[in-house]
Amino acid sequence: MIVIFGIFLLTLLVITAVAIVRTDNLFVAVMLMGIASLLIAANFFLLDAADVALTEAAVGAGISTVLFLGALALTSERERAKSSNRLLSFIVVAAAALILIYATFDKPRFGDPEAPVQTHVAPWYLEKTPEYIDIPNVVTAVLGSFRGYDTLGEVFVVFTAGIGVLFLLSGGKATGAVPEDKINEGLRHHLIPRVVGRVLIPFILLFGLYVQFHGEYGPGGGFQAGAIIAAAIILFALLEGEKRALSVLPERVLLGLMACGPLLYGAVGLAGILLGGNFLDYSVLSSDPVKGQQLGILLIEAGVGITVTGVLLAIFHAFAARGR
Amino acid sequence: MELLGLYNYWVFAVLLMIGFYAVVAKRNLVKKLIGLSLFQSAVFLLYITMGKVEGGTAPIFPEAGAAVFSNPLPQVLILTAIVVGISTTALGLGIVVRVKEEYGSIEEHEIQEIDER
Amino acid sequence: MSMLLDTLSWVLLTLGGLSVLVGGIGALRMPDLYTRMHAASVTDSLGAILVLGGIMLQAGWSLATIKLIAILLFLLLTSPTSSNALASAALLAGTRPFAEAGQDEEAPK
Repeated sequence: MIVIFGIFLLTLLVITAVAIVRTDNLFVAVMLMGIASLLIAANFFLLDAADVALTEAAVGAGISTVLFLGALALTSERERAKSSNRLLSFIVVAAAALILIYATFDKPRFGDPEAPVQTHVAPWYLEKTPEYIDIPNVVTAVLGSFRGYDTLGEVFVVFTAGIGVLFLLSGGKATGAVPEDKINEGLRHHLIPRVVGRVLIPFILLFGLYVQFHGEYGPGGGFQAGAIIAAAIILFALLEGEKRALSVLPERVLLGLMACGPLLYGAVGLAGILLGGNFLDYSVLSSDPVKGQQLGILLIEAGVGITVTGVLLAIFHAFAARGR
Repeated sequence: MELLGLYNYWVFAVLLMIGFYAVVAKRNLVKKLIGLSLFQSAVFLLYITMGKVEGGTAPIFPEAGAAVFSNPLPQVLILTAIVVGISTTALGLGIVVRVKEEYGSIEEHEIQEIDER
Repeated sequence: MSMLLDTLSWVLLTLGGLSVLVGGIGALRMPDLYTRMHAASVTDSLGAILVLGGIMLQAGWSLATIKLIAILLFLLLTSPTSSNALASAALLAGTRPFAEAGQDEEAPK
């Protein structure tokens, strides 16, 4: 039965991807990308990757759609020219696809517990997590503690992207593509979305906090929570207008959030050194090493969540306020 | 189960090439970014498919008893990769917006014409 | 008793699947944007209630049922709102309904 589900979802995914590439209305392409993201998230869930499915749904179907629509509002909505060298590209792409499909026949059997990828390091992580860290979610344990350096680098990548977008979109003249009164008005004259939005936003924020702090016990963590909280505030900005949203969370606060996230993460690492251990060694944060690990993971996940929220909101405001 | 596994890999190959075709053959800059995003999603699909263990569940320890778990390491990698992917897409979109403001168009051949003048 | 619950949840899930199918066919075959939205709303409301009701019967009295009730409430609150927002946006953009003379087929698919 799961086999049929999987094949159905994957076939729908391929059809959606072909439709995305073939349509020349970019608005339609962005909407179809949201559908493709949800299909991929469902497929991830079938493949036992619950955390990844949550992240793909929150980031891919939620934030990515908003960012693309924001960019489309500032550029054109339709794709104009026919593609160049269509036949040659198609032949090259088809040949590469056939070579890849031929290569897949050599892969280990799907789901084989004796495949090299399953027997190398993974059993060590699955065995040592209850011993060293003692939290149920192994993915959070590996992300936060065993592979903490990688996550630190990744937080800095997100921060850099935020700074990059702010640099790009704060210089130069604006086209005035969207008139200022339209931006500031939001959806003020539409009663129903405003009322329902006002009812929902507190619950979305609460759910975001739940996902943030529940990351150790189930699917969740900093990335997903950051995306969900950013989505709630973006909803507020869409409903009430840019001016009101910027008065609630001014740009300085957003920049502060963007900076404080990596700062918190780095500070936890430095605290490890100051207390006698190595950089990002959480065992020395408390008298009991296991409790120290849990405290460390809690703090760095908070840092990740703050960074992702700040960066996504700063990027959204950079796009949305561009018409001025 | 074997058919599903091979089908996963075939869909990965097809999706990868569809995204790549959009990057290479389409002239609109936003379409290229959309193709790049599809390309990234195909790679995520490959990694997560490789991590599945048959009869396994998500790598979260249940209240009682041991169970067979799927591999957590590809999931950690892809979790990071998804967020990095959206960051680079946002940066790319910022560049596209600025290109539109400076050149007046986001079609590749028109931009090249304006550049050559 | 569990046999009865199983049968009931099967019936609910099948009916939910059928209403989703009906909504999908309607979204394809209807002549313009507003009638298509009307057909798709069947999926959002009736389909959601039936499918989630069927799953709730399978879950029994547990935390999962409460989460499913929360999801159902959220869906029932947000789907009509987004349909309303979509229809207002279409009206503002100039898409006229099918029944008026000289309709503007600007509706995006």
